[in-house]
Amino acid sequence: MISKFEHNLPKKPNKTKFYSNVIIFALIIISSAWFAGFNIITLFQNFFRFGFRLIGQIFFPPDWGYFDNAIPPLLETIQMAIVGSFIGAIFAFPAAVLAANNFIHIKWLNKTVRVLLNITRTLPALVLASIFVGLFGSGSFPGVIALSIFSFGLISKMTYESIESIDFGQVEALMSVGGNKWNILRYSILPQVLPQFISYTLYAFEVNVRAAAVLGYVGAGGIGQKYKIFLQLRRFDNVGTIIIISFVAVLIIDTISSSIRRRLV
Amino acid sequence: MENILKKLPQKPRANSLYKTLIYIVVISLVIWGFSGIQYNGIMQTARGEISDMLNGFLNLDTVYLTSFEADALVSLPYAIVETIAIAICGTFVSGILAIPFALMASQNIVGQKTANFGKFIITMIRTFPELILALVFIGVVGPGAPAGILALGVHSIGMLGKLYSEAIESMDIGVKEGVESCGGNSSEVLFRAVLPQVAPEFLSYTLFRFEINMRAATILGLVGAGGIGAPLIFAIVSRNWSRVWVIVLALIVTVTIIDLISSSIRKKLV
Repeated sequence: MISKFEHNLPKKPNKTKFYSNVIIFALIIISSAWFAGFNIITLFQNFFRFGFRLIGQIFFPPDWGYFDNAIPPLLETIQMAIVGSFIGAIFAFPAAVLAANNFIHIKWLNKTVRVLLNITRTLPALVLASIFVGLFGSGSFPGVIALSIFSFGLISKMTYESIESIDFGQVEALMSVGGNKWNILRYSILPQVLPQFISYTLYAFEVNVRAAAVLGYVGAGGIGQKYKIFLQLRRFDNVGTIIIISFVAVLIIDTISSSIRRRLV
Repeated sequence: MENILKKLPQKPRANSLYKTLIYIVVISLVIWGFSGIQYNGIMQTARGEISDMLNGFLNLDTVYLTSFEADALVSLPYAIVETIAIAICGTFVSGILAIPFALMASQNIVGQKTANFGKFIITMIRTFPELILALVFIGVVGPGAPAGILALGVHSIGMLGKLYSEAIESMDIGVKEGVESCGGNSSEVLFRAVLPQVAPEFLSYTLFRFEINMRAATILGLVGAGGIGAPLIFAIVSRNWSRVWVIVLALIVTVTIIDLISSSIRKKLV
């Protein structure tokens, strides 16, 4: 039907650049699929050979008797996430203020702080955790430090971007009545970015809950340790229970936290 | 400044009970959180460990950095390229898979009820940690990069599906009505009205997700799903700090470069 209208349309512009971009992207994707050995046919073969049995072992049925034992490590995971995002947020605000170029006009300082923040965000929490496990022994403490560093990077990056996009009129108003830097921070910047800052902290908390659930895999406390143990013992029914419990917990936390965030901003 | 503050009108006192309640809840949550963290003190070996770390940092493992063999445990360049390949393929898979999920979650395409259901499914996918998915996929398709690609591909549907459906919901509905009014069927509506309009946003979100997947791909190897994670965890476990720091530095450089490239493309797109 629609093809009838096609010949009445004006001629389309030259698309050589578009097509060459498409070809470049396609080449990149195909070559990386080849490099990683991503072969759909073998994937399906393997899936039909092992996949069904494994999924059957995990979820049909999960071992509900293990439910009670899985709750304490789950609570520990949540505690780690709370403390991690709390400590991260405390250090993140001053760092964000230093990194924002519309409040402190010292270029090299902004730049250095930003580079440091980028580095903390590049290092996966799991890598940090395994390094700290080497220093503090296994347990929740190294995990908390790793989560704190990670959330520090995340929160301060987003906060300094918010500080840079505030309404500058308020700052000028304060300057015009003789407010100093501290007054500007307290009465103009803080009130404007506080809702966003809290929202970012909650977001970091959500990310942390998910991250903390796997930190135990390297010995840093929480429910991840149980995954490791039961996978090694090949008790897939217990793994299924843990997956379902942590899934439900994360779902509940995400729902609460994102509904609070929607009200804040 | 201070006398100006005194002249200001009194702040409204409403909601103070509500506010105190929130403070109490937050403070008690934080206290409860701290109560669960047991601090066992620094390990007795920590002093030696730190000096080993510093030594390793000063004597980086250049053999690993400069060898070019097709084995992630022997050659750092190979491991990095494999990690990037996993991130690219995973992002591509999820970019394709997320489109049907996004359409199912868009209220202006399928109606409110179905859209709510689709949104719920997308939230469920997003909640599942990718490392756990990787473990499941390793069981399903065997260890190696394909398991990592599938894990990233499925996990990213959760975020991409949400962003895609928001883009679809905020598009100009007139184009869709125009195609429908001259008799276009639903596939024509999809390919001539919906997708062309949202394509730049889709691409931009997909690139953003690629940056995230790049970071995620670095840890998938911890459980055996390919990439640099496996050599990294082996080096950490065996306290081979000169190799750990080489890998960490290489990661920082690679991720930073990819972020720069990807964000410059994104800026051109939208």
